[in-house]
Amino acid sequence: MAIRRGRGVAAINYPTGMNLGGDPTQALVHSTPTGNFMVTLSSVDLGQGMKQIMAQICAETIGVPTDRVVVDTADTDTGPHCMGTFASRGTHRAGNAVIQAAREARQVMLEVAAEELEVNASDLETDGQGNILVKGAPQKSISIFDVALSAHFKRGRSISGRGMFLIPRSYPEKETGAMKPSTCYAHACTVAEVEVDDETGEVTVLTVKNVFEIGRALNPKMVEQQLVGGSWMGISHALYETTEPYYPNRDHGGTDFNQYLMPGPGDLAETEIIVLERPSADGPYGAKGPGEMCANPQIPAVANAVFDAVGVRIDTLPITPERILRALKAQAAN
Amino acid sequence: MAKVPVQFTLNGSEKAEFVDSGTTLLHALRDKIGDTSPKGGCHQGSCGACSVIIDGELRLSCLTLAETCDGAVISTTSGLSDSGVLHPLQRAFLDTFATQCGFCTPGMIMAAKVLLDHTPNPSRDEVVEALSGNICRCTGYEPIIQAVLTVARSNSQNAA
Ligand code: FES
Ligand code: FES
Repeated sequence: MAIRRGRGVAAINYPTGMNLGGDPTQALVHSTPTGNFMVTLSSVDLGQGMKQIMAQICAETIGVPTDRVVVDTADTDTGPHCMGTFASRGTHRAGNAVIQAAREARQVMLEVAAEELEVNASDLETDGQGNILVKGAPQKSISIFDVALSAHFKRGRSISGRGMFLIPRSYPEKETGAMKPSTCYAHACTVAEVEVDDETGEVTVLTVKNVFEIGRALNPKMVEQQLVGGSWMGISHALYETTEPYYPNRDHGGTDFNQYLMPGPGDLAETEIIVLERPSADGPYGAKGPGEMCANPQIPAVANAVFDAVGVRIDTLPITPERILRALKAQAAN
Repeated sequence: MAKVPVQFTLNGSEKAEFVDSGTTLLHALRDKIGDTSPKGGCHQGSCGACSVIIDGELRLSCLTLAETCDGAVISTTSGLSDSGVLHPLQRAFLDTFATQCGFCTPGMIMAAKVLLDHTPNPSRDEVVEALSGNICRCTGYEPIIQAVLTVARSNSQNAA
């Protein structure tokens, strides 16, 4: 009876969004009278940072500082249509919709500025600080604040735009089964090192080394935050989480989240995260969906590491001490 | 059912309420007084989201009856910032990206504050121990541990 070490590797290919019945998200952008911009969505921020990213995307597209943008994700009953924030689709789908809406709003903004400055709208550019300048003659400029006032009170224009992003449903070709279920894939690879006690079946994850390829990281610190949390969650899925951890039958199962196991702050593996940025062709500023896939590759990596350590293949999650001991017993019997 | 009067100090101001006997402090704070910074995660004492500080001790407000708090001094996360200036722990949680959905954050901050009040310069193990009654679904804990250690380090620099 001994503590045995093992190392496992796994790589994954993760589609952004889903292919169930067409995958749309819409967005509306409008300016307030003082030249701040509202993004209206019904894509929900549940902590992943949706609002921050949509504010960045809108600001970048219109050419204003991020703090001039307010994102309202208030109500799925009344907001522009969004399928929801799941399937790692939020940044990709809503981001593209916001770009389209912000472009249209920017165009109106430049038209109003052009009238005020008596130049062509195509001769104007933004400085990213809240001003619109004549290209090549930056002394001729107007603030976006003044442009918004003019639009609202003088010229009767609405500085606004509509955005729609749709990935249509892809059906398999009859003959070959070929289809295009996703337009954009993120990738990840994990190497996990474990110790398995072959007497108790207990697994300790020593290190997890992850590489994530996520398109362009629109907010690198938030990406890192998501990946660190996700890596931990992957270990949690591999070894702990289930609604039926008890035996021999369902009557002994957990009844609420108090009996739902997750590793705590004392059970953390040494974790390394490396981010690769390969901008996607159809992502907003090259982004993909890093959300869910950050908790995926750890699971097969841990299963492979357990196999490397004690020679048994566990194909049911989570990999509990009981499952390992049963497998070891079966192995010894053969 | 007869109401029970309770009076306590919450984040420096006097509060007086009539509560039903058996009302939890969590319910009294959130639904009667309107301080929603303690969160109700499990209502059974296992997640730590409802943590508050009562007379200097970390307590689970979901397991504390409001009527037992008569005369107590209670702090919650909503009382930590000082005229708009964030408490060092709040600042550190922001700077280390130690909060995602934020549901665990007030409880984590309360647990960390009690630790640092008693042990201004804790070891990593002491931080882990102090946070081990609080569950976080999002962060993987490491950023939270780092946030607390950041404040601990600046405490020790200030002391030096
Ligand atoms: S709500 Fe009090 S410990 Fe969970
Ligand atoms: S940040 Fe979501 S539970 Fe901790």
